[in-house]
Amino acid sequence: MAQNATAPNSPIAPLPYVSSRDSRLVAPATGGPLLEVRDLRTWFPIRRGVFSSTVGHVKAVDGVSFNIQPGKTLGMVGESGCGKTTVGRTILRLIPKHAGEVYYKGQDFFAYHGEELRNLRRQMQIVFQDPVSSLNPRMTVGNIIGEPIEVHGIARGAEKREMVAGLLKRVGLDPTYAARYPHEFSGGQRQRVGIARALALSPDFIVCDEPVSALDVSIQSQILNLLDDLQRERNIAYLFIAHNLAVVEHFSDEVAVMYLGRIVEQAPARELYANPKHPYTIALLSAVPEPNPRPKKHRIVLKGEVPSPSNPPTGCAFHPRCPLTRQLAAGASANETVQITSGGEPVRVMGRCVHEAPTLVPKKGEPGHVAACWFTE
Amino acid sequence: MQQPLLELKNLNVGFDTERGLIRPVRDVSLSIYPGQTVALVGESGCGKSVTALSILRLIPQPPGRILGGEVLLEGRDLLKLSEKQMRGVRGKDIAMIFQEPMTSLNPVYTIGDQIVEAITLHQGVSTREAYQIAEESLRDVGISDPHRRIHEYPHQMSGGMRQRVMIAMALSCKPKLLIADEPTTALDVTIQAQILELLRKLQQERGMSILLITHDLGVVAENADVVGVMYASRVVEFATVEDLFDRPQHPYTEGLFRSIPKLGAHHERLETIPGMVPNPMRFPAGCKFHPRCPRTRGCANAIKSGRAEAAIPKGSNVPPDVVQAVDAEGESFPALRKCIEVEPTLREVHGSHWAACHVTENFDKAPGTVPQLEHRREVVPVTIEGDALPDVPVTNAAAMGLKA
Repeated sequence: MAQNATAPNSPIAPLPYVSSRDSRLVAPATGGPLLEVRDLRTWFPIRRGVFSSTVGHVKAVDGVSFNIQPGKTLGMVGESGCGKTTVGRTILRLIPKHAGEVYYKGQDFFAYHGEELRNLRRQMQIVFQDPVSSLNPRMTVGNIIGEPIEVHGIARGAEKREMVAGLLKRVGLDPTYAARYPHEFSGGQRQRVGIARALALSPDFIVCDEPVSALDVSIQSQILNLLDDLQRERNIAYLFIAHNLAVVEHFSDEVAVMYLGRIVEQAPARELYANPKHPYTIALLSAVPEPNPRPKKHRIVLKGEVPSPSNPPTGCAFHPRCPLTRQLAAGASANETVQITSGGEPVRVMGRCVHEAPTLVPKKGEPGHVAACWFTE
Repeated sequence: MQQPLLELKNLNVGFDTERGLIRPVRDVSLSIYPGQTVALVGESGCGKSVTALSILRLIPQPPGRILGGEVLLEGRDLLKLSEKQMRGVRGKDIAMIFQEPMTSLNPVYTIGDQIVEAITLHQGVSTREAYQIAEESLRDVGISDPHRRIHEYPHQMSGGMRQRVMIAMALSCKPKLLIADEPTTALDVTIQAQILELLRKLQQERGMSILLITHDLGVVAENADVVGVMYASRVVEFATVEDLFDRPQHPYTEGLFRSIPKLGAHHERLETIPGMVPNPMRFPAGCKFHPRCPRTRGCANAIKSGRAEAAIPKGSNVPPDVVQAVDAEGESFPALRKCIEVEPTLREVHGSHWAACHVTENFDKAPGTVPQLEHRREVVPVTIEGDALPDVPVTNAAAMGLKA
């Protein structure tokens, strides 16, 4: 925690940002972002032996930086194990970080403790994927939503009950449901309860961690529309984490694509989908089945599986699966290429991809479009 | 015309519960032709998985009961076979793969042991030959180094690999029909693409039929030849994949299509189907979809404002009789009397397109035929293997085949 030297409450002017591994410039817009994440790393120790000595780290998040503006949505996509959930939880300090900074309204969030931290946390909430395990089965819905109101000393008794009734109504549930228990509700209704609980403290920022993945198609759109309405109404910023690319595109202003603990591409939502640059993004987008019986796009079927974050590939982490580097290597001279083993088969790839890690740099296209690939335009 | 490989005729399945009989499958009829992929699509609890399990007679009895109907495999009624004869069908003629490959594989046996068990049981070969067949089937599903991996345990493999093992196991006895129950739901999209491509390839090579059970309309659109949409234990629409997506007839199907976010259609507000899927304990009377149905509301409102002719589709002949109905949240709304009193059955409203809705064009005179469609899809998605890209300018995204 050596990075937390800054005294709490001292407003920190956004510093010019330089990182050892991630040279992407996070230019704070005038007015300032609501949330600034700089070079965030979350490492989990791997312990072995009698004395549980640390023999290595699972680098679940390894150098992630981004900004979220007030009232806007940053979508975060990637496959399971890419670290997107860990990013959301580390920002809220539900998981300890290894390194990096999070600034909330210009304040160093990791520097806060005790009472001040609690006050700041009121403004930052989370909605979980699984509406079954994230609601206490022994509490009534009224108590689940009312608990944060009481803990933070906002209201008690009749006043609290009135607030709970108002919240239930706002998320589309009957206020009389406050006396019921979570098991009496369907999945979609439980997710509405989870949203009401997050709203109870009038937050400015909500981490939505796969909020609709566990829901049926016809219920998903109801919840997405509700989250959308709440954002317009209350100017809430979202970090919207999901693996469903169509949902993320629909919902986000900007989208970041993660692969093995890092952001490999980030752009305004429409731009990213219309004009993807990173080979992983291109493959990921092409893999989404279209609800169209005459699909127009070609599908790139990636070889191999996502590598383990405890032992990520050297250089660009995507190189063992990357179609672009293979294709380039086929036409390159032998001294530029390297032979590797991927999925048990020998493959020739570009040496640069194996030896050097690419950083996020601006790419041709709309401003704000960055990608981490040596060879894409 | 070919004979269907499998025909379901008015299949009815019930479960005895403390609160009485529930009926997760009601009057389901469909047919699957050789080499065809038929998809059953619907939301959780609609009865699609129970239908699949009933084909193999795998529902636990009791509390489950087949209440009636026929399951004809090449004309032979599986419901009339003895348990012993049925064991000869399972795995050999019809194989099944499940959503969660971890729970479907036995963790204390190597994958080789598990595949070999099925092969020796059905093919009467020696253990040694069976291991050879198992190795080959692992190679067929794209597992590299099968000679070594055949001795691994399920926990040593990733989710995608386990699903490949499940497929290898299911296909080792060369079944005529593969039932795939949400085969890719637990997998990431890039792995999903691998598995679906593998199934397509194996189907082509072997001429096998697939009954694909899924809730993902994208998976349906790209893989099915023919689609049945299930809602509240019934098939409410049945058509070719092209027809279903071009001209959905049932208001539930329409609603589903409108409520899914599509890539490239950024930030338009999603349309929703109000309410939720009914609990089979408390199915509403009449059409099970009426408490959520925008069509019956729209019609009823139009009739109330004196526009009955415009509101009711041609050939529907539903009486312009408006009553107040109650939705799942207890709120009252105007609906057509027929919708809340009479449950519509599946009828052929257009040539080769079945739907179960009173307020559909031609519904009144449409014949209640058994849905049979020997159709193959027009366009099969083009896939590019990750290591064999077309020869094109490399720095261009379009060149990688994303756009046609």
